[in-house]
Amino acid sequence: MMRRVQTFAPKPHLNWRALKTTRWYELALRFVFGGAITVIAGELAKAYGPVFGGLFLAFPAIFPATATLIEKHEKERKEKCGMSGAVRGREAAALCARGTETGSLGLISFGISVWLLAPRLNFALTLSIALCTWFAVSYSAWNMQRRRVCSH
Amino acid sequence: MEFVLRSVIGGLVVSFFAVFGDVLKPKSFAGLFGAAPSVALATLTLAAVAKGNLYAAHEARSMVAGAVAMGAYAWATMEAIMRRGWRGTAASSAALLVWFGCALGIWAVFLR
Repeated sequence: MMRRVQTFAPKPHLNWRALKTTRWYELALRFVFGGAITVIAGELAKAYGPVFGGLFLAFPAIFPATATLIEKHEKERKEKCGMSGAVRGREAAALCARGTETGSLGLISFGISVWLLAPRLNFALTLSIALCTWFAVSYSAWNMQRRRVCSH
Repeated sequence: MEFVLRSVIGGLVVSFFAVFGDVLKPKSFAGLFGAAPSVALATLTLAAVAKGNLYAAHEARSMVAGAVAMGAYAWATMEAIMRRGWRGTAASSAALLVWFGCALGIWAVFLR
Protein backbone atom coordinates (compact mmCIF):
# COMPACT_ATOMS: atom_id res chain seq x y z
CA MET A 1 0.00 0.00 0.00
CA MET A 2 1.34 3.40 -0.94
CA ARG A 3 1.96 5.67 2.03
CA ARG A 4 0.91 9.25 1.48
CA VAL A 5 3.28 11.74 3.02
CA GLN A 6 1.54 14.87 4.19
CA THR A 7 3.53 18.07 3.99
CA PHE A 8 2.66 21.16 5.98
CA ALA A 9 5.63 23.33 5.06
CA PRO A 10 4.68 26.05 2.57
CA LYS A 11 5.19 25.38 -1.10
CA PRO A 12 7.63 27.67 -2.93
CA HIS A 13 6.04 30.91 -4.09
CA LEU A 14 6.97 34.46 -5.05
CA ASN A 15 6.41 37.32 -2.64
CA TRP A 16 6.91 40.53 -4.66
CA ARG A 17 6.19 42.69 -1.58
CA ALA A 18 9.61 41.63 -0.27
CA LEU A 19 11.12 43.96 -2.89
CA LYS A 20 9.62 46.97 -1.10
CA THR A 21 11.88 46.35 1.89
CA THR A 22 15.00 46.11 -0.30
CA ARG A 23 16.93 49.37 -0.42
CA TRP A 24 18.94 50.56 -3.44
CA TYR A 25 22.27 50.31 -1.58
CA GLU A 26 21.56 46.65 -0.75
CA LEU A 27 21.23 45.91 -4.47
CA ALA A 28 24.33 48.00 -5.22
CA LEU A 29 26.30 46.10 -2.58
CA ARG A 30 25.50 42.74 -4.18
CA PHE A 31 26.21 44.12 -7.66
CA VAL A 32 29.65 45.28 -6.49
CA PHE A 33 30.46 41.98 -4.67
CA GLY A 34 29.26 39.94 -7.66
CA GLY A 35 31.30 42.01 -10.12
CA ALA A 36 34.36 41.91 -7.87
CA ILE A 37 34.39 38.12 -7.41
CA THR A 38 33.86 37.61 -11.18
CA VAL A 39 36.90 39.81 -11.86
CA ILE A 40 38.97 38.11 -9.11
CA ALA A 41 38.09 34.60 -10.41
CA GLY A 42 39.13 35.65 -13.93
CA GLU A 43 42.39 37.22 -12.74
CA LEU A 44 43.27 34.18 -10.59
CA ALA A 45 42.66 31.89 -13.58
CA LYS A 46 44.93 34.12 -15.70
CA ALA A 47 47.70 34.16 -13.09
CA TYR A 48 47.60 30.57 -11.77
CA GLY A 49 45.68 28.67 -14.46
CA PRO A 50 42.06 27.49 -14.80
CA VAL A 51 42.43 24.67 -12.26
CA PHE A 52 43.11 27.11 -9.39
CA GLY A 53 40.88 29.91 -10.72
CA GLY A 54 37.95 27.51 -11.11
CA LEU A 55 37.71 27.02 -7.34
CA PHE A 56 36.46 30.60 -6.99
CA LEU A 57 33.50 30.03 -9.32
CA ALA A 58 31.75 28.58 -6.26
CA PHE A 59 32.95 31.21 -3.78
CA PRO A 60 30.10 32.37 -1.50
CA ALA A 61 30.64 35.98 -2.54
CA ILE A 62 27.26 37.41 -1.69
CA PHE A 63 26.07 34.99 0.99
CA PRO A 64 27.33 37.10 3.95
CA ALA A 65 25.51 40.13 2.52
CA THR A 66 22.36 38.09 1.87
CA ALA A 67 22.37 36.52 5.37
CA THR A 68 22.85 39.96 6.94
CA LEU A 69 19.95 41.44 4.96
CA ILE A 70 17.61 38.52 5.69
CA GLU A 71 18.36 38.76 9.41
CA LYS A 72 17.88 42.54 9.38
CA HIS A 73 14.60 42.45 7.43
CA GLU A 74 13.09 39.70 9.62
CA LYS A 75 14.15 41.55 12.77
CA GLU A 76 12.61 44.81 11.52
CA ARG A 77 9.38 43.02 10.57
CA LYS A 78 8.98 41.57 14.08
CA GLU A 79 9.91 44.84 15.77
CA LYS A 80 7.20 46.63 13.79
CA CYS A 81 4.71 44.35 15.58
CA GLY A 82 6.24 45.33 18.91
CA MET A 83 8.18 42.07 19.41
CA SER A 84 11.88 41.41 19.73
CA GLY A 85 13.03 40.09 16.36
CA ALA A 86 16.60 39.07 17.24
CA VAL A 87 15.89 35.31 17.50
CA ARG A 88 13.56 35.29 14.49
CA GLY A 89 16.18 37.14 12.42
CA ARG A 90 18.86 34.62 13.35
CA GLU A 91 16.55 31.70 12.56
CA ALA A 92 15.75 33.15 9.13
CA ALA A 93 19.49 33.48 8.36
CA ALA A 94 20.05 29.86 9.53
CA LEU A 95 17.18 28.62 7.33
CA CYS A 96 18.71 30.41 4.37
CA ALA A 97 22.07 28.73 5.13
CA ARG A 98 20.27 25.38 5.30
CA GLY A 99 18.86 26.03 1.82
CA THR A 100 22.30 27.00 0.54
CA GLU A 101 23.75 23.78 1.98
CA THR A 102 21.11 21.82 0.02
CA GLY A 103 21.69 23.99 -3.05
CA SER A 104 25.39 23.15 -3.05
CA LEU A 105 24.39 19.69 -4.37
CA GLY A 106 22.90 21.48 -7.36
CA LEU A 107 26.05 23.56 -7.74
CA ILE A 108 28.16 20.37 -7.75
CA SER A 109 25.96 18.90 -10.48
CA PHE A 110 26.25 22.15 -12.48
CA GLY A 111 30.05 21.93 -12.36
CA ILE A 112 30.07 18.24 -13.32
CA SER A 113 27.70 18.92 -16.24
CA VAL A 114 29.89 21.70 -17.67
CA TRP A 115 33.07 19.67 -17.07
CA LEU A 116 31.72 16.65 -18.97
CA LEU A 117 29.66 18.36 -21.68
CA ALA A 118 31.71 21.44 -22.64
CA PRO A 119 34.36 19.48 -24.62
CA ARG A 120 31.61 17.70 -26.61
CA LEU A 121 28.78 20.20 -27.14
CA ASN A 122 28.16 23.78 -28.16
CA PHE A 123 28.74 26.00 -25.10
CA ALA A 124 25.28 27.60 -25.06
CA LEU A 125 23.70 24.13 -25.08
CA THR A 126 26.13 22.98 -22.35
CA LEU A 127 25.16 25.91 -20.11
CA SER A 128 21.44 25.35 -20.73
CA ILE A 129 21.69 21.66 -19.77
CA ALA A 130 23.88 22.49 -16.75
CA LEU A 131 21.39 25.14 -15.53
CA CYS A 132 18.47 22.71 -15.85
CA THR A 133 20.50 20.09 -13.96
CA TRP A 134 21.33 22.63 -11.24
CA PHE A 135 17.68 23.51 -10.72
CA ALA A 136 16.40 19.91 -10.94
CA VAL A 137 18.96 18.60 -8.41
CA SER A 138 18.54 21.58 -6.03
CA TYR A 139 14.74 21.41 -6.11
CA SER A 140 14.64 17.61 -5.70
CA ALA A 141 17.06 17.71 -2.75
CA TRP A 142 15.09 20.53 -1.09
CA ASN A 143 11.77 18.74 -1.66
CA MET A 144 13.10 15.45 -0.27
CA GLN A 145 14.38 17.26 2.80
CA ARG A 146 11.04 19.03 3.26
CA ARG A 147 9.08 15.76 2.99
CA ARG A 148 11.44 14.02 5.40
CA VAL A 149 11.09 16.79 7.99
CA CYS A 150 7.30 16.88 7.60
CA SER A 151 6.79 13.11 7.81
CA HIS A 152 8.61 12.91 11.18
CA MET B 1 37.75 46.98 -21.26
CA GLU B 2 37.62 43.26 -20.43
CA PHE B 3 37.86 44.18 -16.74
CA VAL B 4 34.80 46.45 -16.96
CA LEU B 5 32.83 43.95 -19.05
CA ARG B 6 33.62 41.13 -16.63
CA SER B 7 32.58 43.12 -13.55
CA VAL B 8 29.35 44.43 -15.15
CA ILE B 9 28.25 40.99 -16.43
CA GLY B 10 29.21 39.34 -13.12
CA GLY B 11 27.43 42.03 -11.09
CA LEU B 12 24.26 41.77 -13.19
CA VAL B 13 24.04 37.95 -13.08
CA VAL B 14 24.74 37.83 -9.32
CA SER B 15 22.19 40.61 -8.63
CA PHE B 16 19.56 38.82 -10.72
CA PHE B 17 19.88 35.61 -8.68
CA ALA B 18 20.05 37.58 -5.41
CA VAL B 19 16.84 39.52 -6.14
CA PHE B 20 15.11 36.33 -7.23
CA GLY B 21 16.16 34.75 -3.92
CA ASP B 22 14.77 37.80 -2.06
CA VAL B 23 11.23 37.37 -3.42
CA LEU B 24 11.07 33.61 -2.91
CA LYS B 25 9.38 32.00 0.07
CA PRO B 26 9.96 29.92 2.20
CA LYS B 27 13.45 31.03 3.20
CA SER B 28 14.92 27.52 3.01
CA PHE B 29 13.88 27.45 -0.67
CA ALA B 30 15.25 30.95 -1.27
CA GLY B 31 18.52 29.71 0.21
CA LEU B 32 18.94 27.42 -2.80
CA PHE B 33 19.67 30.59 -4.77
CA GLY B 34 22.52 31.38 -2.39
CA ALA B 35 24.25 28.46 -4.12
CA ALA B 36 23.18 29.50 -7.62
CA PRO B 37 25.93 29.30 -10.23
CA SER B 38 25.84 33.07 -10.74
CA VAL B 39 29.59 33.81 -10.73
CA ALA B 40 30.18 30.61 -12.72
CA LEU B 41 27.71 31.57 -15.45
CA ALA B 42 29.43 34.86 -16.15
CA THR B 43 33.01 33.58 -15.79
CA LEU B 44 32.57 30.34 -17.75
CA THR B 45 30.81 32.13 -20.62
CA LEU B 46 33.59 34.72 -20.89
CA ALA B 47 36.24 31.97 -20.60
CA ALA B 48 34.61 29.85 -23.33
CA VAL B 49 34.31 32.83 -25.68
CA ALA B 50 37.91 33.98 -25.13
CA LYS B 51 39.75 30.66 -24.66
CA GLY B 52 37.50 27.86 -25.84
CA ASN B 53 35.33 25.13 -24.33
CA LEU B 54 38.20 23.00 -23.04
CA TYR B 55 39.50 25.87 -20.86
CA ALA B 56 35.98 26.33 -19.44
CA ALA B 57 35.74 22.57 -18.77
CA HIS B 58 38.98 22.72 -16.72
CA GLU B 59 37.55 25.60 -14.68
CA ALA B 60 34.28 23.70 -14.15
CA ARG B 61 36.13 20.65 -12.83
CA SER B 62 37.74 22.77 -10.10
CA MET B 63 34.44 24.46 -9.49
CA VAL B 64 33.11 21.10 -8.22
CA ALA B 65 35.69 21.32 -5.40
CA GLY B 66 34.56 24.90 -4.69
CA ALA B 67 30.94 23.71 -4.59
CA VAL B 68 31.78 20.99 -2.03
CA ALA B 69 33.44 23.74 0.03
CA MET B 70 30.25 25.83 -0.39
CA GLY B 71 28.25 23.00 1.23
CA ALA B 72 30.68 22.90 4.16
CA TYR B 73 30.54 26.72 4.40
CA ALA B 74 26.72 26.77 4.57
CA TRP B 75 26.71 23.97 7.17
CA ALA B 76 29.26 25.84 9.32
CA THR B 77 27.23 29.06 9.05
CA MET B 78 24.06 27.27 10.13
CA GLU B 79 25.77 25.54 13.06
CA ALA B 80 27.36 28.78 14.27
CA ILE B 81 23.97 30.52 14.25
CA MET B 82 21.85 27.73 15.74
CA ARG B 83 24.25 26.10 18.20
CA ARG B 84 26.49 29.02 19.15
CA GLY B 85 23.90 31.78 18.83
CA TRP B 86 26.11 33.89 16.55
CA ARG B 87 24.56 36.64 14.45
CA GLY B 88 24.15 35.95 10.72
CA THR B 89 26.82 38.48 9.70
CA ALA B 90 29.45 37.09 12.09
CA ALA B 91 28.65 33.44 11.31
CA SER B 92 28.63 33.84 7.52
CA SER B 93 31.84 35.91 7.55
CA ALA B 94 33.77 33.59 9.91
CA ALA B 95 32.63 30.53 7.93
CA LEU B 96 34.53 31.88 4.90
CA LEU B 97 37.58 30.34 6.60
CA VAL B 98 35.84 26.94 6.30
CA TRP B 99 35.31 27.57 2.57
CA PHE B 100 38.99 28.47 2.06
CA GLY B 101 40.15 25.48 4.13
CA CYS B 102 37.97 23.00 2.23
CA ALA B 103 38.51 24.41 -1.25
CA LEU B 104 42.28 24.74 -0.91
CA GLY B 105 42.50 21.33 0.82
CA ILE B 106 40.67 19.55 -2.03
CA TRP B 107 42.76 21.48 -4.59
CA ALA B 108 46.04 20.51 -2.84
CA VAL B 109 45.10 16.82 -2.52
CA PHE B 110 43.23 16.07 -5.76
CA LEU B 111 43.69 18.84 -8.32
CA ARG B 112 47.18 20.30 -8.05
